Order: sequence, then structure tokens, then C-alpha cells
Amino acid sequence: MSQQMRTPLGRARGLGSARDGTEHFWRQRVTSVALVPLVVFFLMVVVALTGADHARVAATLSSFWIAIPMMLVVLVAAAHMRLGMQVIVEDYVHAPIPKYLLLMANTAFCALIGLVGVSALLMLMLGGR
Amino acid sequence: MASANRPVERPLSPHLQIFRPIITMVMSILHRVTGMALYIGMALLAWWLAAAAAGPEYYAVVSAFLASWIGRLILFGFTWALLHHLLGGIRHLVWDAGYGFDLPTANAMSWATIIGSAVLTILVWGVGYLVM
Repeated sequence: MSQQMRTPLGRARGLGSARDGTEHFWRQRVTSVALVPLVVFFLMVVVALTGADHARVAATLSSFWIAIPMMLVVLVAAAHMRLGMQVIVEDYVHAPIPKYLLLMANTAFCALIGLVGVSALLMLMLGGR
Repeated sequence: MASANRPVERPLSPHLQIFRPIITMVMSILHRVTGMALYIGMALLAWWLAAAAAGPEYYAVVSAFLASWIGRLILFGFTWALLHHLLGGIRHLVWDAGYGFDLPTANAMSWATIIGSAVLTILVWGVGYLVM
């Protein structure tokens, strides 16, 4: 059948969807809801530690009930910012190779932030130093 | 004969400069800008945490940088970006829940975002200087 005879729906059918539907939107919402109390907690901790020396910072961050939510702050923020930067890249970068390289760099950066933050907090909590 | 694959000529949306800035639009742009700033700023948090884990000598180096005027300027900007993105995020969650789409409410929430973020930033820093 010639192309002209096909309806727009007919042309689109069978090409497949993006496959993840509302998954990205939903994960952005889940992480943002979680970050509301986490950011408030984070600000209280850093404000309480203003001008503190290393001993007090280490003692505070290594306490179980500070370290666990702080790890959540780092992990949820890393997930949230990966989703956000992904949208920004997809909005403005259209050439395939730069786009995919930037998307990979985005994932790598966010994974690094999450790993460094959580490792540091684990070291403090488990008394590495 | 026109090919079915040729894109339909639809009217294009004017670009940002064409519109007179309105508060909801400015807040939308600021939400993205603060998000990008926080993205970079998170490296600072990871660096600070790593320094705390590394020990007193290295922590002193990071601490000295953060306490310098440039460090304080960055942290002040980070605080404002965080609070603005937090309040803007709550505004978006209200919209996601299906509320606040009428213009007076949307505008009021937008003004609350910018004014609230400025007031809270000063409050956070005021408390910070008090406990220091």
C-alpha cells in the first residue's frame, strides 16, 4: 500500500512506544516527595554544624540516626538530579552522539556523587578513622 | 503529490524573548536553573562528606575554603537555590495533585516561592551565624 493511503495512526502503529510510559514522571515525583522532609533534615544538620571543627562534624555525622537519613539525602538527591538533568539534556541536545554521551555522563556523575557521599558516611558511621 | 512523510507545517511557538515575563514563567525558568545549580552544588556536598571521612587535616583544608568569602558566597547561593527548588517543587506537587491552576492561586504560589525562598535563606543563615 502506498504511503499516502495510510492514516497517521497507521504509520505510527507498530513502531513501538518509549516503553517506560509514565515511569520517569513518577520516579521524579516519588523522589521529590521524599526530598521535602530530607532537605529540611539536611538543612538542620548543616546549620547545627556551622563553624564546627572536625571532631564535632565527625561525631555528629557518625551517629546512626544522623548518618542513615544523610545517606538517604545523598541517594535520593542523586536519583532525583539524574532524572532532572536527563530531561534538560533531552530538551536541548538533539544530535544523537552528544545527547547519548551527555546522558551517560549524567548517570556517571550522579552515581559518583551517590557513591562518594554514602561511602564517606559509612566510613564515619563504622569508625574508619 | 505531497509525501505523507513530509512534516505538516504547523505554527511555531514564539520563543521566550517574545513573551512579556510573567511570574509563573519566571519561576518555571528559575526552577530549572536552580536545579542545574544544585546538580553542580551536590559535588560540594560529596566533597565535604569525603573530607569529614578523610580526617582532621584534610577537613581543615575544605573547611577553610568553605569559610572563605568565595566559599560563603557559593554556600549562600546553594542555600537559596535549595530552598527555591524545594518551595518550587512543593508548588509543582500541588499542581500535580490537581490543585491551584486558577490564575490567582498560581500567581500567589509563585510569589510565595520567590519571597519564601529569600526569607528562609536569610533565616537559615541567621540561625547559622547564631549557632557558630
